[in-house]
Amino acid sequence: MSNTQAMCTSFKGEILSGIHALGTTVTRAGTGADTIKAALYLASATISAATTAYSATGEVTGTGYSAGGVTVTNATAPTTSGTTGYWTPSASITYTTVTLTTAFDCVLIYNSTQSNKAISAHTFGSQTVTAGTFTLTMPTNDATNALIRIA
Amino acid sequence: MITTTKGDMDEALLERREGQFEDDNELTKWVEYWDGDEMVHRSVHVHLKKPMISFSEIGGFS
Repeated sequence: MSNTQAMCTSFKGEILSGIHALGTTVTRAGTGADTIKAALYLASATISAATTAYSATGEVTGTGYSAGGVTVTNATAPTTSGTTGYWTPSASITYTTVTLTTAFDCVLIYNSTQSNKAISAHTFGSQTVTAGTFTLTMPTNDATNALIRIA
Repeated sequence: MITTTKGDMDEALLERREGQFEDDNELTKWVEYWDGDEMVHRSVHVHLKKPMISFSEIGGFS
């Protein structure tokens, strides 16, 4: 037997669950599961890895769409498999009966409970919706395909 | 019946157009309903294929 240098796999999953607080102060707004939301952004917006929190700047506007977007269904806790921690919303993200006439191409997943802090940005081909439904289907929640993975 | 810019309308009275796009990042399908030369409904379904992945790394002592 020998020792192996590694980041512990359990830690990867626990990061996603907010178990560890390595900062100098613990600033979590609550101890329960956070509310995760998804906002859509215009193709002209500048959402990127540098985005730190939800902002209405560049967000889509239109009939049936509320600023801030929709709440993400989060019924499946983060987990690990192999050496990967991962998480995926447990249902599709759906904007029902909306009219969004200006092209949009990005969804920002963010933490509504924790001061709207950003989690991830996902882009797709520019779309418009007219009196219809916009649906984002999630990938399979496993170590290879999950929406958010720490490998 | 389907929701349109003119209220709920009978699908049979409208022209249905469909399309799709696929690359490494997404599989997107859309359906449109047209009343003559006017689009009155468009719905879009995006399947995200490319996950966000962050690779972890630890440092050694020097």
